[in-house]
Amino acid sequence: MSDATTPILEVQNLTLKFGGLTALDDVSFGIKEGEILGLIGPNGAGKTTCFNAVTGVYRPTSGDIRFQGRSLTGVKRYRITQLGIARTFQNIRLFPSMTALENVLVGADAQHKTGMFSALFRLPRHRAEERDGHERAMELLRFMGIHKRADELAANLSYGDQRRLEIARAMATGPKLICLDEPAAGFNPQEKVQLMELIRKVRDRGFTVLLIEHDMRLVMGVTDRIVVLEFGRLIAEGTPAEIRDNPAVIAAYLGVDEEDAS
Amino acid sequence: MNKLKALPKPVKLAFWVLLAILAYALPILEPPIISTPGVDFGGVLFVVTMYCLIALGLNIVVGYAGLLDLGYVGFYAVGAYTAAILTSFHANWPLLLSLPFAVAATTIAGLILGAPTLRVRGDYLAIVTLGFGEIIRLVAVNTEWLGDRRGISNIARPPSVMTGEDGGVVVGEAEPGLKGIFEIPHLYWGDGTVLVDTEDTTQFLVFGVLDQIPYYWLGLTVVLLVLLADYLIKNSRVGRAWEATREDEDAAELMGVPTFKFKLLAFATGAFIGGLAGALFASRQSFINPDSFLLLFSILFLAAVVVGGQGNRWGVLVGAFLVAYLPQRFRDFDDFRVLVFGAALVALAILRPEGLFPPRRTVRAKQMEHELEVLETGHDDGEEAARV
Repeated sequence: MSDATTPILEVQNLTLKFGGLTALDDVSFGIKEGEILGLIGPNGAGKTTCFNAVTGVYRPTSGDIRFQGRSLTGVKRYRITQLGIARTFQNIRLFPSMTALENVLVGADAQHKTGMFSALFRLPRHRAEERDGHERAMELLRFMGIHKRADELAANLSYGDQRRLEIARAMATGPKLICLDEPAAGFNPQEKVQLMELIRKVRDRGFTVLLIEHDMRLVMGVTDRIVVLEFGRLIAEGTPAEIRDNPAVIAAYLGVDEEDAS
Repeated sequence: MNKLKALPKPVKLAFWVLLAILAYALPILEPPIISTPGVDFGGVLFVVTMYCLIALGLNIVVGYAGLLDLGYVGFYAVGAYTAAILTSFHANWPLLLSLPFAVAATTIAGLILGAPTLRVRGDYLAIVTLGFGEIIRLVAVNTEWLGDRRGISNIARPPSVMTGEDGGVVVGEAEPGLKGIFEIPHLYWGDGTVLVDTEDTTQFLVFGVLDQIPYYWLGLTVVLLVLLADYLIKNSRVGRAWEATREDEDAAELMGVPTFKFKLLAFATGAFIGGLAGALFASRQSFINPDSFLLLFSILFLAAVVVGGQGNRWGVLVGAFLVAYLPQRFRDFDDFRVLVFGAALVALAILRPEGLFPPRRTVRAKQMEHELEVLETGHDDGEEAARV
């Protein structure tokens, strides 16, 4: 919270092409520290591609992504996570045959350094990091309300708990920015409300949140600002109220009548 | 197993210690049924420990990190050849000095093989490692410096501890005139009676030509040490990173696991253990040639891991025992034993596809699956339950 005006993450003229397909075309936006930014758009607008570019899965064709002033181009994926960007996945990707606790521990290990040697001889570093990791992991599971299922295999958790576990695992990596890729997919309205609460609580713990979501009510209800993508281009940016009344956004989501289109 | 877990700690500890003592005493006890008629029991047990060692090493690569390695015998060969060269063929080092070099050479071989090949996944990795195993053997066949087809003999034995002529303790090569610091009589199982056979004794810690029991003790000790190390590493950041990589490599990478580094580490650790086994094997055999490292052995090693239950260290030990021991025990069947062995493997693949002792997790997941199935269908599928 040192300087609320400098963005924690800056996406600058990001362009991403897959062969002839332009998935992202000259997209620029920033996320301020401590805010919840919604990234919305119709299917195929390039939201997840944008996520993948930020977390290092795709290399930008041109443009740059800067995290806390540092360019992420060419930085290894695990290194980006260690620097402080964590994510969840649109289709859940837990480690299915590890327990819930172990899943979160893997996340916590991102900030740890224990290697073969310390583990083999149970050096103080191993002990300290194990203790720290377990405490953090259990705390996060409690925060997510799934601590009673800590020893359950991830594959055996219910769908909602798996989604919650993914968020816990992402938070365990000690991020500053946490990217949630459609966390409400498959949730019923009541669960969505709970999730909204949860996202706010995540932010209140000091995380900056980048949220991809389809459900308009959820996005409008929880975000501070919204960025709208359509066909890989940024078509609007602003507060939820501004976005709601933006004609371009309405057109993108509802389509335009042939007669009005001209 | 669950009952065992519920016992208080000292009882558990006592149980394990007792089990270890029993394991050490096994070749002395020579229990009927278990002991192998027609083949030296100590020698069979030594081979069993080597298979156990290899299974533990391969389990780290295949079971923990999920990297299918079909050329594990290559590492075994590198370890054996390094020890052979250093102690007999090109130098005259004592075995204990050559061991660190043997494992270092194998670990480096693992790194050299892993660095380029661990970028490919799944089946491709299997093919590359398969090639590696064969390449190592063919290099040995065609290189005079490595003794080509004729192999290398007179590989050094571990130092024996003996009583010298003046009554003091001597450490060094076993010599015909010298005896161990004490001797242990074997048991003799007659018709319904058990006798202590004072004629048939094992010299304590004399690594000679005939009695293989001291080698077995050495092998067993190494297995126990590796088992302990395996436990310590598995329950740490390293073990979790391996498992996460096995489960979902991309997700692991995005959760901050440097997957390539950890895969390479798994490969190197596996190679280390394989090399150690190879060097010990070479020392015991005293002679190696390229035929000791056929592709068949890679397959047998992998069979040990898969039969036992990859990912479970106790399972793979059982698997190693079965793969190494059964063919020796049933030598009477002669040529048929391979057929029987193959049939047993097929039966196992049908009845217990996860191996005899799958990791506890798989068991628990299956139980959960079964419970859900019962809830959904409303009836208990008897055969399914028996299998779990």
